[in-house]
Amino acid sequence: MAGKIHISVRDLNVFYGSMQALKNVNVDIPEKKITAIIGPSGCGKSTLLRAFNRLIETVDGVRVTGKILVDGVDIYDAKADVTEVRRKMGLLSQRPYPLPMSIYDNVAYGPRIHGLKRRRELDGVVEKHLRESGLWDEVKDRLHEPATGLSVGQQQRLCLSRGLAVEPEIILGDEPTSALDPRSSQRIEQRFLELKDDYTIVLVTHILRQARRLADYVVFLYMGELVEHGPASEVLENPREQMTREYVKGVIS
Amino acid sequence: MRLAKIEETFFRGLMMAATAVILATLVLILGAVLVKGLPAMNLAMVTQAPKGGFYLGKEGGILNAILGSLYVTGGATIISFIIALPIVLYLNAYAKKGSRLVTATRFSFDVLWGVPSIVYGAFGFAVMLFFGLRASLLGGIIAVALLMLPIMARAMDEVVRMVPRELLDASYSVGATRLETARKVLARQALPGIMTAVLIAFGRGIGDAASVMFTAGFTDSIPYSLMRPAATLPLAIFFQLGTPVAEVQERAYASALVLTVMILVTSIVARLIGRRFARHIVA
Repeated sequence: MAGKIHISVRDLNVFYGSMQALKNVNVDIPEKKITAIIGPSGCGKSTLLRAFNRLIETVDGVRVTGKILVDGVDIYDAKADVTEVRRKMGLLSQRPYPLPMSIYDNVAYGPRIHGLKRRRELDGVVEKHLRESGLWDEVKDRLHEPATGLSVGQQQRLCLSRGLAVEPEIILGDEPTSALDPRSSQRIEQRFLELKDDYTIVLVTHILRQARRLADYVVFLYMGELVEHGPASEVLENPREQMTREYVKGVIS
Repeated sequence: MRLAKIEETFFRGLMMAATAVILATLVLILGAVLVKGLPAMNLAMVTQAPKGGFYLGKEGGILNAILGSLYVTGGATIISFIIALPIVLYLNAYAKKGSRLVTATRFSFDVLWGVPSIVYGAFGFAVMLFFGLRASLLGGIIAVALLMLPIMARAMDEVVRMVPRELLDASYSVGATRLETARKVLARQALPGIMTAVLIAFGRGIGDAASVMFTAGFTDSIPYSLMRPAATLPLAIFFQLGTPVAEVQERAYASALVLTVMILVTSIVARLIGRRFARHIVA
């Protein structure tokens, strides 16, 4: 594979109680590219994504074995600091969940937690990251109003700003456009294409067309197993595996 | 088809009747307290402590009980809040869902909620005897705090449980710890509900007579020390109703009116404050 590898998954198994959600997954995610994780519902897409920032561990009864190396360091190592791991990755969930505070405070939430206190600096950080998500012009006059007053599409971009504000290296998106109208989805997609110059982006999506529009690299999961992965053009247009071919053609879903 | 329609009308009627019963009860109680209490109501009632012969119809008021109730319930509210909030945050942000500890804690709150207040009074009294304390403001505060704790904790628990976990995930995913998430997101999102929980507990605490009877005692003087007995409104009502003097019995209703107004004012104030914070809540 060309380019640097940012996240390496090695022999990853995830169990929810006795149910095995991911079976022996091995895959490399390239740096500063958009990687799409595709596959039918319940195939383990979200589980894999949530394993990347260890958010999976907040689920009770979950057990993870194997390694995930980010920049060559195992994030499941006993010495790894989970808040540092998560800080490296911004997360966009299926539905936007703005925090119960103002627009400004949502973006400033992460930086404040990590010790940024000075008002002037915070102002700069908030503006920078609201611009990054393309929200600045729409909200600059009402920064101190509740974030819940924004439209769903704006909320999702706010969540993007909130994630970017802690200066992550990686953006994780768990079907981030699934609750949005087409116009807002398009905006988010546009952002991703701009952001991939600076960030490694991993997207879970069940929309094949979205994967075609955005992805440089594709990972196909089926029933917790990694079936195929590779450059988007190969996996989506000319898959090696029968299963992938059927999924891409829409025979299985 | 027609049968279904009759059924529908019938049960809707039942539901409306049930609603009417509860509304009528409220109106009747308020009406009775107003009609019987207003004639005995005057400025002296709320600005003076009982003077000699108050319970025989002579001069004085119930300021001792008004202040006593405020001190006892105010103190108890603070104490039980300080204990309840960490419990609730622990149950919802730290403890494993469905673990034995969580189930046992919730179950014991449910049991404690049902324990009659006289039992808290008796228990508090026994504890006080053990420590060699006499009936005092402090004793009353502790007994009422025990009474309020399960109510407050369980009511708070219910609202905090409703906070969507994705909201917590959003906080974790920028690198926040559980404590930061509990304080800045969980508590804030649940704030209006927490406020209601505190109010429910406050209402139950300030209106309770049995828990303070032995623990806070009763006195005609205005409370001035944690170690001295303190009067409370429910007991004042109880004693006034118990006299054979008709005028004093009327004062009992006036006292009840004062108690009702106090609860009403607290609710309204708390709601106003709650609304200020509620504007950020995520639906």
